[in-house]
Amino acid sequence: MSRIERRHALTGIGFVLPSTVVAAALFFVPLVLMVWMSLNHWPLLGSHSFAGTANYRAALHDSVFGHSLLFSLEFTGLIALGLLLIGGGLASIVAVRRRGVGVFRTVYFLPVVIGMASASYLWLWMINPSVGLLDKILLDVHIGRTPIQWLGSTGLALTLVTIMTLWKLAGFSMLILMSGIQSIPRELTEASMVDGAGRWRQWLRIKIPLIRQHIALVLIFSVAGGFLAFDQFYIMTHGSPGSSTLTSVFDIYNSSFVNFNLGYGAALSVIVMMALLLFSVVQLLIARGSTEY
Amino acid sequence: MAGTALTDRTGHSRGSHTTVAAGNGVRPRRRRTRSAGWYVVATIVALLFLLPFALLLVTALKTPGQAAASPPSYLPHPVSGSNFSQLFSSSVDLTRYVGNSLLVALGTVVGTLILCVLGGYGFGLYRFPGRNIWFTALLLIFMVPFQSVLTPLYVVLRTVHMQNSLLGLVLVYVTYQLPFGLFVMRNSFAAVPRAIAEASELDGAGPLTRLWRIHLRLVLPGVITVAIFAFIAAWNDFIGALILLSDQSKFTLPVELLTLVTGRFGVINWGVLEAGVVISMVPCVVIFLLLQRYYLGGILSGAVK
Repeated sequence: MSRIERRHALTGIGFVLPSTVVAAALFFVPLVLMVWMSLNHWPLLGSHSFAGTANYRAALHDSVFGHSLLFSLEFTGLIALGLLLIGGGLASIVAVRRRGVGVFRTVYFLPVVIGMASASYLWLWMINPSVGLLDKILLDVHIGRTPIQWLGSTGLALTLVTIMTLWKLAGFSMLILMSGIQSIPRELTEASMVDGAGRWRQWLRIKIPLIRQHIALVLIFSVAGGFLAFDQFYIMTHGSPGSSTLTSVFDIYNSSFVNFNLGYGAALSVIVMMALLLFSVVQLLIARGSTEY
Repeated sequence: MAGTALTDRTGHSRGSHTTVAAGNGVRPRRRRTRSAGWYVVATIVALLFLLPFALLLVTALKTPGQAAASPPSYLPHPVSGSNFSQLFSSSVDLTRYVGNSLLVALGTVVGTLILCVLGGYGFGLYRFPGRNIWFTALLLIFMVPFQSVLTPLYVVLRTVHMQNSLLGLVLVYVTYQLPFGLFVMRNSFAAVPRAIAEASELDGAGPLTRLWRIHLRLVLPGVITVAIFAFIAAWNDFIGALILLSDQSKFTLPVELLTLVTGRFGVINWGVLEAGVVISMVPCVVIFLLLQRYYLGGILSGAVK
């Protein structure tokens, strides 16, 4: 390397150093620490002691955690399916060129920009059986007969939080799928029309395979929005009835910051992260599939 | 660049006349009914999406008594701002929490911009050994969501006495904005025409001066995109603030609203809560409506690539 080249390289390194230092301190260090903590008894106050795999063994027999994993998985499945269907529906509405289409895009996307916590407070009021307006609307249009105790049963609570989350996130998947639909070369759809393919056939055989990567992206996003859900359950159901709507992040929160057992919370975090890693690998494999045409 | 890439995507409604008119020769009537059907469907769906916002607004504008009435009524009667004025009166007083939220969100914007402009400049315009691996390592933050490392983050921050501090919270938010911000800024700088980059080197000005005087205005769309994302993420975050802050005086708005839900004396003042929710939504909605080109462009450039 010449002197000029070396100076150039050092200047470049100088520029990327500040972000690297921050990332090291608040990302890489916590990541390593998390694994170490998971191998210790680590109370909130006082000293910690090495515990080997005790936390992991305890997690294996922890039925609350097991249930929370399954519940998060169920919620993720619902969110993924909902985001693909609703997002796809919205995308097919707004992927056209028509006057005013921009307004519709903005409206459908609007719930994405507000906070999940704000959305939860809004819906918590809306579904309140005595003062909320949702039940009143349902009564007034004769869908229901008596106010519904939305948070009274696991099934209804899950349905409600799912609807709320889909309302909040559908605009995002709309945007991704819309950009996919718009990237399909026009000649391709026209050619298939000449071939006499119907609308549904055209979607199944041509469009969906072509936007496979966009679909994979929506799935990745569903995992982040579904498997890691916390805010809406913390605010709206607080895990009730019983602990039937406890998500895995919620259980981690309880272990670390309610029971002050940080080592155990870290072990649960490691398990959840492994699950996420598994999801990502599967999704990468889906997205990798060729998109040649 | 993030901003310009988007213009043809979201901005193309402007050209819509011509497209519709061009195909008009074929079967005009069928086209027209189809188009009317599209507007009907799109409008109904839009109303469904707007409904929660509309219900929120009408309730926030009721008097506290009317907002608490059961069964509820649809329209505020009379229209009243007293829910909002109560929010800033002595009994609830959200002033401090709105202030905390603003401080944290603006701090996150400033911190993210400084790190990502510098870093993006380094990664985008300089060559040094290990550059690509280095960049990829920083993007890894994207793969590990914030919610799953909160337990060790709490311990790290407590060790350096930054737990229960707004500055600590800002640093955490900045860290998790790094992958997106660096990605956008690196691409923005890499897209600066080579001739400009080289010409600026001839001036003999130092690298920082060149960045400030010449490059920064060329990557402005990227800067705006990164700033919007940082603001909205920090303003909206709930779980991070819930865990990392312990004094009520330091709470951000979304966390403080929780105390309104728990209710003083067990009674929830719904009207006041919903007015607080309106306030928590306003900045994001305004920023989005004004700068949506950059916001949507950021998602598309960050996600689809």
